[in-house]
Amino acid sequence: MLFIPGNNPSMIQNSPFLGADSIILDLEDAVSLDEKDSARCLVRNALLSLDFNGCEKVVRINSISSGFGYDDIDAIARVKPDAFLIPKATEDDIEEIDSLISTIEREEGFKLGCIKLIPLIETAFGVEDVFNIIKSSKRIVAVLLGAEDLTADMGIKRTKEGEEIFYARSRIASVCAALKVDAIDTPFTDVNDFEGLRKDAEKAKLIGMSGKAAINPRQIDVINEVFSPSFDDINWAKRVIEAYEKAKMEGKGVFALDGKMVDAPILLRAKNIIEKAKAIGLIKG
Amino acid sequence: MKIVRPAKAGTMESNDIYIMVYPNENGNEIQLDSIVLKQFGNQIKKVIMDTLNELEVENALVVAKDRGALDYTIKARVETAIKRACE
Repeated sequence: MLFIPGNNPSMIQNSPFLGADSIILDLEDAVSLDEKDSARCLVRNALLSLDFNGCEKVVRINSISSGFGYDDIDAIARVKPDAFLIPKATEDDIEEIDSLISTIEREEGFKLGCIKLIPLIETAFGVEDVFNIIKSSKRIVAVLLGAEDLTADMGIKRTKEGEEIFYARSRIASVCAALKVDAIDTPFTDVNDFEGLRKDAEKAKLIGMSGKAAINPRQIDVINEVFSPSFDDINWAKRVIEAYEKAKMEGKGVFALDGKMVDAPILLRAKNIIEKAKAIGLIKG
Repeated sequence: MKIVRPAKAGTMESNDIYIMVYPNENGNEIQLDSIVLKQFGNQIKKVIMDTLNELEVENALVVAKDRGALDYTIKARVETAIKRACE
């Protein structure tokens, strides 16, 4: 997921060709207070006119409490983005936004629920309440961790090593897995440190995050490499599934591959790898 | 919409257009300066005029300094400038 400033035409129109799965058109932090109206209008027209080359179109709106959020929703929901990214999300915000979008979907003749929501978890309260936040709307398809604001909220130092966000990452990854939504990791803010980015992404993946936000197009390749299944993973998964099909035909519940027992969790992991590889086009499905 | 004060929108950055709007007395008028004036001057003016018509603006002077903006950017910047000029 690549953040793009919402008031920059040059970056907006180039964004679909940079290799990201999703483009986040940012109306919040990337836009100064006196340009909110201009950015909103530009993003609206971009969504109406540009071909986003298959990228998911996400718009980060301003928070409801800022006073700009209502205008953002009213202007942007009518041109049907794929999703809204909701800053400093709370249950109350999500419920209110869900209701506002439902009204607009009815008015515009869109399929109810077609516009999805991605809460941005960037407060200590948000981390603790993430389960309820996700349960507060069926529109929620993912959660994005915002570590810069989170650490500021907690009054702790943000480091490259990221030990300070271990708990937040773990909690979000676990809750997202339980509720079957994607857990997107916080951006890595040093845009010139690619080794640091790789380590950070690997750490997030190990914990269970399913993707990572980028704040610079040059970060996309590293993130895609880390979060995509390797060809070794895909080959292993294919062999597990082939062995499973064979065992099933032979009436075996549990079977072995390369001398190791394969049971339901291993089969599930193999299926997940194949699904992910299909989703990002590494294998045909 | 009635233009009641001068207003501006956009930037002079590449792929953008800087739009200034003023009240006018004799209909809509466009003064365009563009890095691609010869190739796309008429098309840019058409997008500006179509946007004014959509917004039902009848008496505006639009001064536009184009830096290679696509149609969606021209439309967005004109809309923003007009709304600011009518507030």
